[in-house]
Amino acid sequence: MDLINNLQLGFATATTLTNLFFCLIGVLLGTLIGVLPGIGATATIAMLLPITFQIGDPVSSLIMLAGIYYGAQYGGSTTAILINMPGESSSAVTAIDGYQMAKRGRAGAALAIAAIGSFFAGTVSTFLVALLAPPLTVIALKFGPPEYFSLMVVGLVSSIALAHGSIVKALAMVVFGLLLGLVGTDIYTGTPRFNLGIREYSDGLNFVALAVGLFGIAEILRNLENESTREVMVKKVTNLFPTREDWKRMTPPVLRGTVLGSALGVLPGGGAILASFASYTLEKRVAKDASEFGKGAIEGVAGPESANNAAAQTSFIPLLTLGIPANPVMALMIGAMIIQGIVPGPNVATEQPALFWGIIASMWIGNLMLVVLNLPLIGLWVKLLTVPYYVLFPAIMTFCAIGVYSVNNNAYDLYAVAFFGLIGYVLVKLRCEPAPLLLGFVLGPLLEENLRRAMIISRGDPSVFVTRPISAVLLAAALAVLVVVLLPSVKKKREEVFVEES
Amino acid sequence: MKKLFAALAAAAAIGMTASYAQAQDYPTRNITVVVPFAAGGPTDTVTRLVAEAMSKDLGQQVIVENVGGAGGTLGAKQVADAENDGYTLLLHHIGMATSDTLYRNLPYKTLEAFEYVGLVTEVPMTLLGRKDLEPNDLKGLIEYAKANKDKITVANAGIGAASHLCGMLFMSSIETPLVTVPYKGTGPAMTDLLGGQVDIMCDQTTNTTKQIQGGTVKAYAVTSPARLNVLPDLPTVAESGLPNMQVAIWHGIYAPKGTDAKITERLSKSLQVALKDPNVIARFAELGTVPSPEADATPAALKAKLESEIARWKPVIDAAGQYAD
Repeated sequence: MDLINNLQLGFATATTLTNLFFCLIGVLLGTLIGVLPGIGATATIAMLLPITFQIGDPVSSLIMLAGIYYGAQYGGSTTAILINMPGESSSAVTAIDGYQMAKRGRAGAALAIAAIGSFFAGTVSTFLVALLAPPLTVIALKFGPPEYFSLMVVGLVSSIALAHGSIVKALAMVVFGLLLGLVGTDIYTGTPRFNLGIREYSDGLNFVALAVGLFGIAEILRNLENESTREVMVKKVTNLFPTREDWKRMTPPVLRGTVLGSALGVLPGGGAILASFASYTLEKRVAKDASEFGKGAIEGVAGPESANNAAAQTSFIPLLTLGIPANPVMALMIGAMIIQGIVPGPNVATEQPALFWGIIASMWIGNLMLVVLNLPLIGLWVKLLTVPYYVLFPAIMTFCAIGVYSVNNNAYDLYAVAFFGLIGYVLVKLRCEPAPLLLGFVLGPLLEENLRRAMIISRGDPSVFVTRPISAVLLAAALAVLVVVLLPSVKKKREEVFVEES
Repeated sequence: MKKLFAALAAAAAIGMTASYAQAQDYPTRNITVVVPFAAGGPTDTVTRLVAEAMSKDLGQQVIVENVGGAGGTLGAKQVADAENDGYTLLLHHIGMATSDTLYRNLPYKTLEAFEYVGLVTEVPMTLLGRKDLEPNDLKGLIEYAKANKDKITVANAGIGAASHLCGMLFMSSIETPLVTVPYKGTGPAMTDLLGGQVDIMCDQTTNTTKQIQGGTVKAYAVTSPARLNVLPDLPTVAESGLPNMQVAIWHGIYAPKGTDAKITERLSKSLQVALKDPNVIARFAELGTVPSPEADATPAALKAKLESEIARWKPVIDAAGQYAD
């Protein structure tokens, strides 16, 4: 009964004309900046923080900022699919098969699948947030350093399945990513590591710079080699919307992605990042024909897109129930709340019911707006591909530069883009995949940090990893994945795929 | 060559008169305040509230720019190198003083690279334990810590963070080294304290007040000289017998070296007005802090604070023996 009353209050708050207006502004802005390559939600929300002073009502401003956040997630997939340029960690996975679909003339279908999958996942996870926020928080708090370490092990072991070529190359890329993740400062001793004496890298390499370089710039270099491949891509654009067959194929991945994303999104620190990677791995494992992955498999777009949107919604749970940010965007939301006179904490749901439930209701409304807004826009986005490349690529590079710089106002991030653009081009030539590298880069620091933290807390006793039940289960899962990967039959199948490709 | 020299001299002369004129009718355009930390954090929030109020008084927008990284030293370096025309300022906290010792290769000289505008606020710290930690008061905690020094874990948000400084101070004032567990930022550290993965943490009231009020953690003491209005039941460290642990995360505004004294005076006046703004006072109160009194929001007070704090923290940091370079 309580839930119905709460949701009623939420929808009553979120559907006032003002709040609907700010929600629309938020998702519009979010989509726009998401579509501009390299410019992410964090920078935009930071830029818009001063405006929240003028809005006055905390609920309206938070609804707008939240709209930017999930709007940017939608928009980010658009660039990932159209120009192989992921703006956020989550859309790096979408780029793998989404861009291949676009190359085969199915950009419209890929965009539609991403939008519909995201909407479904957003709807389900919004209700999960409303229904289960407090119990889910209890579970999330059970995740201490040993559990996070084991979770990262599962993530890394599974990441090998991301590659659709040789296992050895995938492994090499994961390790390369782990090594890049070491750049920065050792948080336990304060000693700088591998930063070449450049103080600007003392907090590590910037993820956006790495992703934009490895995926986007490398792709531009490759396209400039030979313009004809792009022309083919544009000419082949056929049906914009998914066919009946597509619908049938996308439904199970969307469902699985939603469950996976909702679960992982609740974990503050790293959970949401894993969601889309995990979903991709899962889809590839259960697929009848895994060889299609990496060449434009619909499942490879539908699953991860649903997972990352579900995770984006459930990552609000730690913020709403504990007042603790799960990622930099959430930290900005807290800043915005404090500016408005609301200090979020464990009691925000009881102290500010209109705010709490209003934001939850607005998430669903925002998702609805996004799907209504984006489906008609698909035709327009696809037309973008017909822009001559000599006009398009300088524009893309300009926006990338602005976007990457805006994250930290750090010029060294731009040097990193240039460097990793070259590295990415070399990797393409060597037929190595950038996605496992990116996953290694993201998970490596979390793996190290939590391993060492767990060992400090246990006073050097490694048995904590197997005596704590959640951690033990996760490690067993990692072992199972490893066995499957190493099984001779699977290995043979992989090699076949590899031969076919080269 | 001669012509070039003459041109340069003329340009310099024009520049000088221009800078004189600038000081007279300062400010004539937007002012940027660099916050050397990520947007959304406590220092950023303090800055945004003050910047908004100062904008009203100065008649020009005061824009906040976040230049995070390397414990705040990247942002400080950027302002140290900026034009000293009063349009680029720095709002930094206690880290301005501690980084002087923590970073042995700092690319600027802390006491020589800046002019001073004034103190903004001194945010108290609170000593917290996980909800089910045995002791119920600070005296009990000290005994418990001394008896279990190999087991008790103290979380912090990374080297140089407020929680790291306060943790060091706690260990040095009870003369017992405990097990330190660093995190990347306050968020994950607080999450693990709530989840009972670590035992103790000491952090700014900006981060802890709501958790204490919500009963998700056990609070032992506040490091301010008097009790706080928002947490009236929480005793001070002095009441509980640890007067050495009085500490505050003080925030100050700086300008690049050579900024005209007229400009820093003008900014200081504006800061004093901003600190009396009802919105600033109300928001600060919710965060468990108060604006600095008018006498402290002056260049001289900030300079004195910075000098005394560098001297205070040097032995504490050297004793811990951990540096950030």
